[in-house]
Amino acid sequence: MEEKHSGPIETQSPPAAAPAEGLEARFPGSVRRDERQNFDGYLVEPGKLVEFATALRDEFGYDYLSSVTGVDYLPEERLEVVYHAYRSTGGPALVFKVQTPRQDPIVVPSLTGVYHGADFQEREIWDLYGIRFSGHPDLRRILMWEGFHGHPMRKDYQEPYFEEEGKPYKNRWPEGSVYRIEDKNPFHGNVQYPDEFTPEGWVPEGDDALYAGMKKVSAGGNGDGRGLGTEQIIVNLGPQHPSTHGVFRVVVTLEGETIVELKPVMGYLHRNHEKIGERNTYLMNIPFTDRLDYICSMSNNHGYVLAVEKLMGIKPPERAEYIRVMMVELTRVANHLWAIGFLLNDLGAFFTPALYAINERELILDVFEATSGSRMMCNYMRFGGVARDLPEGILETVRELVFERLPRRVDELDAYLTGNEIVRTRSIGVGVLTAGQALDYTAAGPVLRASGVPYDVRRADPYSIYDRLDFDVAVRYNGDVYDRYLLRMDEIRQSLRILRQVVEGIPGGEIQTGKPQYQVRVPAGEAYGRVENPKGELGFYVVSNGKPNPWRYHVRAPSFINLTAMGEMCRGQKVADVVAILGSIDIVLGETDR
Amino acid sequence: MTDEINNPDIPVPEELKGQVAITTLDKIYNWGRRSSVWPMMFGLACCAIEMICTAASRYDLSRFGMEVMRPSPRQTDLMIVSGTVTKKMIPQIVRLFNQMPEPRYVMAMGACASGGGPFKEGYNVVSGVDTYIPVDVYVPGCPPTPQALLHGLMKLQQKIDNESISTSPWYSQGASEAIPIPILGPDLIDPRDFDRIAARRKAAAEPSPEA
Amino acid sequence: MYGIGIVRGLGVTLKHFLETYLDDIRWLGRRYYNPEALAIRQSPKARGAFTVQYPEERLVTPEEFRYIPFLLYEEDEAGVKHDRCTSCGICAKVCPPQCIWIVRSSNPETGRPIPEPTEFFIDIDICMNCGLCAEYCPFDAIKMDHDFELSAYDRQSAHIYNKERLSKPVSYYASIRPSNYEREEAARAAKETAKAAKRES
Repeated sequence: MEEKHSGPIETQSPPAAAPAEGLEARFPGSVRRDERQNFDGYLVEPGKLVEFATALRDEFGYDYLSSVTGVDYLPEERLEVVYHAYRSTGGPALVFKVQTPRQDPIVVPSLTGVYHGADFQEREIWDLYGIRFSGHPDLRRILMWEGFHGHPMRKDYQEPYFEEEGKPYKNRWPEGSVYRIEDKNPFHGNVQYPDEFTPEGWVPEGDDALYAGMKKVSAGGNGDGRGLGTEQIIVNLGPQHPSTHGVFRVVVTLEGETIVELKPVMGYLHRNHEKIGERNTYLMNIPFTDRLDYICSMSNNHGYVLAVEKLMGIKPPERAEYIRVMMVELTRVANHLWAIGFLLNDLGAFFTPALYAINERELILDVFEATSGSRMMCNYMRFGGVARDLPEGILETVRELVFERLPRRVDELDAYLTGNEIVRTRSIGVGVLTAGQALDYTAAGPVLRASGVPYDVRRADPYSIYDRLDFDVAVRYNGDVYDRYLLRMDEIRQSLRILRQVVEGIPGGEIQTGKPQYQVRVPAGEAYGRVENPKGELGFYVVSNGKPNPWRYHVRAPSFINLTAMGEMCRGQKVADVVAILGSIDIVLGETDR
Repeated sequence: MTDEINNPDIPVPEELKGQVAITTLDKIYNWGRRSSVWPMMFGLACCAIEMICTAASRYDLSRFGMEVMRPSPRQTDLMIVSGTVTKKMIPQIVRLFNQMPEPRYVMAMGACASGGGPFKEGYNVVSGVDTYIPVDVYVPGCPPTPQALLHGLMKLQQKIDNESISTSPWYSQGASEAIPIPILGPDLIDPRDFDRIAARRKAAAEPSPEA
Repeated sequence: MYGIGIVRGLGVTLKHFLETYLDDIRWLGRRYYNPEALAIRQSPKARGAFTVQYPEERLVTPEEFRYIPFLLYEEDEAGVKHDRCTSCGICAKVCPPQCIWIVRSSNPETGRPIPEPTEFFIDIDICMNCGLCAEYCPFDAIKMDHDFELSAYDRQSAHIYNKERLSKPVSYYASIRPSNYEREEAARAAKETAKAAKRES
């Protein structure tokens, strides 16, 4: 009675290395190579950007715009928007950039017409850098609120608690007179106001712009004007709601029970990861990456150290690579167990499946705690290695887990849930995202692969030792909630398969290249390190100017960008399905809002 | 149970031992409250994951009578502020606190909720939830492990044990005042801060006497 | 037939339910408050109920576990405490949220710095328990503690730890992290002998 969804398949072999020959010839004069040392990609004239991107997508096959971000080159009085595009068949990135002077008005054409996935990312750049995107359908602030003063990621923006440009702060040693920074602020809090600001006359902008945008849809009533006249209503869900996986809010326009329009609202956990990251030294950022996707701290560490190692030009020793992959795959298992447990929670199976899943996750956390010292915030990887070797006996525990316990428990979970008619009715055909839409909206990870696109960074652009490991890229084809659930089950099994190879094949030897250093020297240049996080492609874009602190530190967060497609998935569904769809995307707010 | 609430000062006749417990009103009142503290189902950040783990089978909050997590503030006794409090979120947190019925307790879980934590320097972070709402117990750690959270909850139980009906503010006359809800302006505005902002503005407008 | 999947799923929960009692019978009532049982109950071999009865019983803390940092001091025969810390400032420099403040001592006559701290502060409302200070301290003077039972009613007075609050004897460190301690002591001893050999030659 169970119709067999097609199982995992192999991805294509890596495509030819040469990316996009003839791009400059195609756009003479308006596209040139980025000649700065250790920089890569193309510089595009703003006027030609949309045309360029269209050609890139249609003629050169770069159908996946992974990341869009801004950089403020204050000394050169320039702002830059950096794009990373990929072919969904695999291979390295094509980087292209648009430069604009720093004087107002700062306008860059929007790429939302070419790639829908640029939507939220452009809004984020507007919010944090103050670059306007002409042609963007809904250019509002996304992480901060409307009315906030300033664009905080600009290099000349200073927070209320500003101490120095870069860490370490000089007053901590040797004359460290301890203080609480709020005592130095005139308002005894983390606030600052423009000089002429009068609070009495202030009218908060609130959500008027948002609601106005949602109302526009409802102007036409129920369409053709025949039948019952219904009124559309706008409903808020969150930010305090048990099924939003944190402080996340969605605003829904409803026609009866059917969703006409849905917009995610975020930023309730925006804790300025990138701004703090640019004050930190390179090493200090590692424990901060733990707190991005706080369920998968190990894989966040991995993505960040890969990016910086690329800049530094070092590689960890073999044993360290094996340990890293072991930890990352254990993280994937833990994350997917958690995601499945809480998807069921959202479907209304309150707490038993989640309890079973958390049980197994706890055992994996014990491994992390014994190895790294902390259950969740592992802070385990270092540039060129890992912090410390595996403790005695932990390999046996992992062996027992991946050979004995976890496969049994995953089968049990399978028997428990997969055939359950209620789960199937609630999830089959709900929240469908087609392959084309998934690519267009830059969905990543399980969401992308459940829609039939076998794109996995571990195979498409292999890093670490994944090219030597034997595993299949899990893929499912229906793109609904049920397939996303099944895909996570597949991925757990594939991860266990990888783990079995790693546990068997882990070599002895060093765990760190060179001596452990707290002040690493990172040559000037840019690097983009990406890993296949359990939630999707996690990328770190790092620009160094040779100083101890990164000039630009950007996180391409999969949960954030996956939400771009949520409106599309929910349109036409019932309002009760919103939490199921949200659960199947599997977001973590630490990463969404950063 | 009788051991916990028995008042040792009043002797019970030998033949009634095990059948009669003599206690004070305060003691039985507090015993009832401490054994059924219902936390709000309200998570902010990383610490919320540890809070969920605490409620799950390994650490099992229900051993303390606290497993009934209520999504609605109207039915809760305890708000566990589990994670970084941002300026964008604090109006909602204050509103939720105002909606909780008394007696109500607040626990700041983790470094962020206590004092801003590692993200304190950020432009969107409130340095400590206690700048807006009163906090009863602080649990340090980043994040506190589930056992550390349980320790904090036991500390809260001790606090409840030491309260008395006769002095409890929630039975005194007059309703307690709601905390004014912060406003999202060019930066976060505490309505209690209007005077201070005006004074600053005046100081900025007038040329300083030295100049 | 509709419903078979649900019934099969309920079978799984029934199995979990029965397992709990079977495990209780297997341990004949010695399942709780018994360190030997706890070790098995909390390992991959666990079956049945998974609960730790904190505070009556506690999970075994792994040696690497880290919470708040503490400072080490050595006590000589006369009972005088000697800080291991030389106030070199590396911990304050690597600390990601910059929560360490160190006041270096100086000789009141010459004004030259003395290698020990007058004061040492850690704001535990900022500390992120990352352990970088302990990892990069060249003198093994700052380490991560295992004590997590630190909840308090007040933070203004209690949450900036000073040197007195932070200092703990080396013997305490040896008790919570025996194998790390042994390894570090061996390395120190080797360094001392190498130094002595150099001086002689």
